[in-house]
Amino acid sequence: MDDGVIAVAAGGATALALPQATARRAPLGLWAGGILAALLVLLPLGFTVYQASTFGFNDAFDLLARPLVGELLINTLKITAATTLAATVIGTAAAWFVERTHLPGRRLWSVLVVVPLAIPPFVTSFAWVSLSLSLQDFAGALLVVTSAYYPLVYLPVAAALRGMDPALEETSRALGCGPWACFFRVVLPQLRPALLGGMLLVALGVLAEFGAFTLLRFRTFTTEIYAEYRTSFDSTGASLLACVLIVLCLVCLAAEFRVRGAARYARLDRGTRRAALRYRLGWARWPIVAGFAALALATLGVPLGMIVFWLTQHAQAAVTPVSVSFEALTDATFASIGLGLAGAALTTLLALPLGFLLARYANRFATALERTVFIAQGVPGIVIALAIVSLAVHALRPLYQSAELLVVAYAIMFLPLALVSVRAALLQAQPRLEDTARVLGLNGLQVAWRVVLPLAGPGLGAAAAMVFIATVTELTTTLLLSPIGTRTLATQIWVDTSALAFAAAAPFAALLVAISLASTWLLMSLLGKSAVLGSHQG
Amino acid sequence: MSEVRIERLSKRFGTHQVLRGVNLSVASGRLVAILGPSGSGKTTLLRLLCGFERQDEGAIWIGDTLMSGPSVHVPSERRRIGYVPQEGALFPHLSVADNIVFGLPRALRQKRHRVAELLELVGLPQSYAARPPQELSGGQQQRVALARALAPAPALVLLDEPFSSLDAALRIETRQAVAQALTFAGATALLVTHDQSEALSMGSEVAVLWNGQLIQVASPATLYRHPVNPELASFVGEAVLLAGIVEQGQLKCALGRLNIAPGTRDGVVEVLLRPEQIRLQSAAEMPTAEAAGSVAALVSDAVPGVVQDVTYYGHDASVRIRLGHNVMLNARVPGYRCPAPGATVYCSVEGDAVTYAR
Repeated sequence: MDDGVIAVAAGGATALALPQATARRAPLGLWAGGILAALLVLLPLGFTVYQASTFGFNDAFDLLARPLVGELLINTLKITAATTLAATVIGTAAAWFVERTHLPGRRLWSVLVVVPLAIPPFVTSFAWVSLSLSLQDFAGALLVVTSAYYPLVYLPVAAALRGMDPALEETSRALGCGPWACFFRVVLPQLRPALLGGMLLVALGVLAEFGAFTLLRFRTFTTEIYAEYRTSFDSTGASLLACVLIVLCLVCLAAEFRVRGAARYARLDRGTRRAALRYRLGWARWPIVAGFAALALATLGVPLGMIVFWLTQHAQAAVTPVSVSFEALTDATFASIGLGLAGAALTTLLALPLGFLLARYANRFATALERTVFIAQGVPGIVIALAIVSLAVHALRPLYQSAELLVVAYAIMFLPLALVSVRAALLQAQPRLEDTARVLGLNGLQVAWRVVLPLAGPGLGAAAAMVFIATVTELTTTLLLSPIGTRTLATQIWVDTSALAFAAAAPFAALLVAISLASTWLLMSLLGKSAVLGSHQG
Repeated sequence: MSEVRIERLSKRFGTHQVLRGVNLSVASGRLVAILGPSGSGKTTLLRLLCGFERQDEGAIWIGDTLMSGPSVHVPSERRRIGYVPQEGALFPHLSVADNIVFGLPRALRQKRHRVAELLELVGLPQSYAARPPQELSGGQQQRVALARALAPAPALVLLDEPFSSLDAALRIETRQAVAQALTFAGATALLVTHDQSEALSMGSEVAVLWNGQLIQVASPATLYRHPVNPELASFVGEAVLLAGIVEQGQLKCALGRLNIAPGTRDGVVEVLLRPEQIRLQSAAEMPTAEAAGSVAALVSDAVPGVVQDVTYYGHDASVRIRLGHNVMLNARVPGYRCPAPGATVYCSVEGDAVTYAR
């Protein structure tokens, strides 16, 4: 009986404490850091729009009214819609079977359906192209990007299914609903936020995808922007196409914001968690297991199998024979890891001031800065890379094709990714814990070392790890901005596969996938499966 | 509404035997409370009735229909059961009205069949129909959950600790509203709870589930006054348990001679009293020897003791008293008569004592 009263009193106390905490003034240095981060993100976007605006209206109209642009638009929308649909169906079905039925081997499947996130799409397309050159164009593109992106639907839907109150389904059964009616009238409506969120992430990913489409010779806005830049080495023409692509992406991003911001169907209660209802599959379990096996074969078996196959072949077996020196291999590995570490460090550092502002001094301006940074999620890597190239050529000549500029580009691209984790990590170290430590006699430095770091450290580490994975598997920006003579694992795979030197690409692909899988596995075992959600976009 | 019959119901999870041959029948239109400590198997019993789980042995009848037996298992959706889960479990994506009509056929759903009537039945204003459930308090959600369960006119309503998540004041109010609504609807209902005051105040009968067995099914008054064993006595309320001896139909214990039911067998017994049966008087209130001449028997029964400590609640108080060297007992006294710690009081007993052979 007294519990209720105590809980109310405690609730009142925290409610009173909050405004005090937010009323404190943030140090100016924090604001400067936050504003710098937001400006960095706006820079490539602003420059692209500025470049496009240098065209007169008539020129711009002529350039955009070409049949080519229409074809690109149709291609891009077609592949985005088809992939999103396919990923939604596969991801939702997989999540439902794993979370809601007595599917044989569901532990194993629940891991295998997430692993494809750790294999970059351009590696998957290398595998399929090297399996059969006829697998190209729309069908090939659909297969490759769907198998790369469907976990983005699976993960949030599975989490939502796990978090759903089993009493809702039981109640609907008691009220006369059979399993199907229960799914469509109770389960599906509650999955909606997770489902829509996942679908929009897939759409954003496909709109920004470059490597896979190039290798599969499927023309979209990203491939054409790259092609125009390569033919003229001037990004002005490409900037118009980029603007169209940005508009498409920002529409998706805005919709994603809305879905995320909309009141989630939170559980109405705070009761004890009971295990969810699981359905018996009966004889149907064998065809469904076969389906999961086929999915794993297509999304993991073929990519990994083809890499292993080409590793065992002599260079001559490929269409173009190129042999790989051990030195090239180690150089590329060190370049990838070095750039990855630098990118992770700079991005996390850049996210810290804004993350601190959001965790401790949240106000409207801080939220505006946060939203600005999140715009980077909606700007495809190719656009950011191109803008930075032209900026460097026009204004920062000495930095052009320097490793420093490439790392800055990574930081701009992956800042939203780092910010989410950094902010969550800093929220772990609540001010009242610091106050308590102070009262217990610790000075500022000791508080940072003994309270803030242990609490926020894992989250900050996770942020850095996610950026590391994203950077190592990044292709587009690296391709455009890497210093002359520097080859990373990703660019080497791209170059070799483009030249149809599959045997030469294989060792690089094997190393890249190994690094990505190992660090993803580490991240997942530290922070749970959903931690990898953000790390494979762009 | 129809009667419910449960026959020799057994259920085991792994090696843990949760229910052991439970028999129970509930007459049509009655509300029976199933009372048991946590882990006694009461939620399992409810889930078997709902059809969410299937028993290992035994049968469940609702009305004339065998719902579950060795060769039959009617799925939940065809049992015509109204189920009110622990915390309401309203569908968060539907308004209050849509929640209430959820279990009705489509045509009736679109007409918002009986929404107004049911809202009134559970004591909620009509304006709540359009609200999302998130805007309701815990007690209001619980009432909507009951309205939703009653809407399809179920044969039986099952309530799974429906008030445990509410705070004290709201709990009593919601309890009353729910009991009233169930009575008006004439529903046959089973209420599962671990809260003895809830079981005693709501059930027309209380069935006590203990280690997977029903050890007593009785009216609330019988259960409180004559529980079948001392452990149960302590579970359904505060109990004063003393050692005693019955000789020639007379009980003697630390509180002197007490009245017992006629026909009690001689021997060593355990004596059960309720704390509110013990009356405390100060020395000043005791009748003087001369005045007491005619009622000598009563005076000799008042046993002196020393107040050890007092827990004061306002309307009443719980007083711990030491009698002699090693007998402690609890008494409940009205708040205004609360003695001070250290005071000497005289204890007498009102009403019968209950004895258990040892």
